[in-house]
Amino acid sequence: MKKIFSFPKSLKKVPNHYCPGCGHGIVHRLITEVIDELNIREKIIAVAPVGCAVIAYDYWDFDCSEAAHGRALAVATGIKRVQPEKIVFTYQGDGDLAAIGIAETLYAANRGENLTTIFINNAVYGMTGGQMAPTTVLKQKTTTTPLGRGSNNEGPPLKVSEILAGLDGVCFVERNAVCSPAQVLKTKKAIKKAFENQLEGKGFSLVEVLSMCPTCWGKSSEEAVKWVEEEMVKSFPLGRIKG
Amino acid sequence: MNEKKKLSSGNEAIVHAAIYAGCKFYAGYPITPQNEIPALMSRHLGSIGGVFIQAESELAAINMVFGASAAGARAMTTSSSPGISLKQEGISYIAGAELPAVIVNMVRGGPGLGNIAPSQSDYFQATKGGGHGDYRLIVLSPASVQETFDLTVKAFDLADKYRNPVMILGDGLLAQMIEQFILPKQNRKITNQKKTWALTGAKNRSPNIIRTLFLKEGALEEHNLMLQNKYRLIEKNEISFEQYLTKDADILLVAYGTMARIVKGAVDSLRSQGIKAGLFRPISLWPFPSQALKAAANDKQKLLVVEMSYGQMLEDVKLSVAGNVSVEFLGRAGGGVPREEAIIEKVKTL
Ligand SMILES: Cc1ncc(C[n+]2csc(CCOP(=O)(O)OP(=O)(O)O)c2C)c(N)n1
Ligand code: SF4
Repeated sequence: MKKIFSFPKSLKKVPNHYCPGCGHGIVHRLITEVIDELNIREKIIAVAPVGCAVIAYDYWDFDCSEAAHGRALAVATGIKRVQPEKIVFTYQGDGDLAAIGIAETLYAANRGENLTTIFINNAVYGMTGGQMAPTTVLKQKTTTTPLGRGSNNEGPPLKVSEILAGLDGVCFVERNAVCSPAQVLKTKKAIKKAFENQLEGKGFSLVEVLSMCPTCWGKSSEEAVKWVEEEMVKSFPLGRIKG
Repeated sequence: MNEKKKLSSGNEAIVHAAIYAGCKFYAGYPITPQNEIPALMSRHLGSIGGVFIQAESELAAINMVFGASAAGARAMTTSSSPGISLKQEGISYIAGAELPAVIVNMVRGGPGLGNIAPSQSDYFQATKGGGHGDYRLIVLSPASVQETFDLTVKAFDLADKYRNPVMILGDGLLAQMIEQFILPKQNRKITNQKKTWALTGAKNRSPNIIRTLFLKEGALEEHNLMLQNKYRLIEKNEISFEQYLTKDADILLVAYGTMARIVKGAVDSLRSQGIKAGLFRPISLWPFPSQALKAAANDKQKLLVVEMSYGQMLEDVKLSVAGNVSVEFLGRAGGGVPREEAIIEKVKTL
């Protein structure tokens, strides 16, 4: 009998610490499936963020470095430049990639570093308990925007993918979501493309993933999925942005 | 190639040393008075298969060094005071993750933007940790261009040996002054052991993880104790200092770096006037040569610490002699350099 579904080799068989309904676990798995399919596990060097996914290396079965909050792409640049034949990727939340690390992100992208970035947009700072993130949508309530994010106080959400797509060094940007099986499959396809681009030496690729954070959104898992589908996509339309 | 005599500035000597020591990665951000270093690194590193990056900030530069070092390369960044303040985040992570790295600070006047005059007012920051957490850098302080070369080569070796960041603490004077130094034969054998911990892809081995986060109960304390053990070993092995006419001296002057050059001149003048002065010059600022200084100070009437600061190394000197000898101080900062005449005058009033 042909085996059509199995546990990814690159994913450790351990329970994860993410909240029920969290999107991180899904994306972790997609990455490992892609790495297995491309048969690149032994060449992978990952850079974990500061955020809920800081201990991603507890789940991934390949080499990994932590980076200080926001500096993942500077660390990844250092790694890739001294080991250009390795496949280096960063996994970062919205606070990490788009607030404290926006300079490192913008410059790595603009240098056209041959790297892959998986960008988890859950519209809040998950790890620190649900504060406003750069991607918090207008009127969204967080612990630091109790009245909802205001366009003339906090400013509108930052559309990092669109900004990065405008840079010549960037070869591929796509925004996806993990709110339904169909979207999960699309996300996986984009992740695969982003790794293939690096294998082909094409430059900087980024996949943004709209991801549920039921805990900080104060929603059930079902409500969280619905909120991505119905609200979040209004500010962050899905689809290919570049490449 | 045989050894070569070269005329060069302190900044140039850093570049010669880095290349000689097998540095393969440099990232930096422009700041005076060390701009010759990135300029020369950008010219030379590529031709030996190394990587030069002008980073978007000192934060990015030090974190690129973190990555390059995690991937096994000998890596360096250089800056001056305000830039070194920005690098403290990365330095703390590098120390915590036990990565080798060489960091050069050509100190300038502070606080704040200060000025570009030579200064020694970053001593506390360099020797007491600088960033957050209980960690130490090995801090080496050259007083000449030759020594800048020698200590920078040594810094790369020590960084690998102890898996620890090493800082060269210079100043604007050292950066710019031109002296002769000897560039040894090329083809140096790099003696670092295989970096089995480096990130190279998990081929035929279990994954390597570079981390500073330890959440399991007791794990961070255990990590800290391991670091402390390493620091005790460094204190045992890596202390260096110079003594100049200290044996029969009545007055012992203590100074480091370029300040010690001026003090040496003052010691000679004092001797010619019949005053028995001597110089104790710490070369490793951390680990500080406390025992050696205590021994040297034992039979002296007085100690005089001279710094281009308002008394930073002074505290380590006082701790070393623990009240056995009285310790006087002469210091200027913010561009002021204690002059030879002022030192001589101060000694005469003691
Ligand atoms: C320099 C620094 N500032 C602040 C923090 C605290 N901190 C940890 S995670 C985090 C935000 C994480 O949010 P995000 O990147 O969106 O990831 P998520 O947890 O939502 O996945 C912050 C502010 C830190 N660790 N370091
Ligand atoms: S706080 Fe949010 S992002 Fe963090 S694990 Fe829980 S659901 Fe996931």
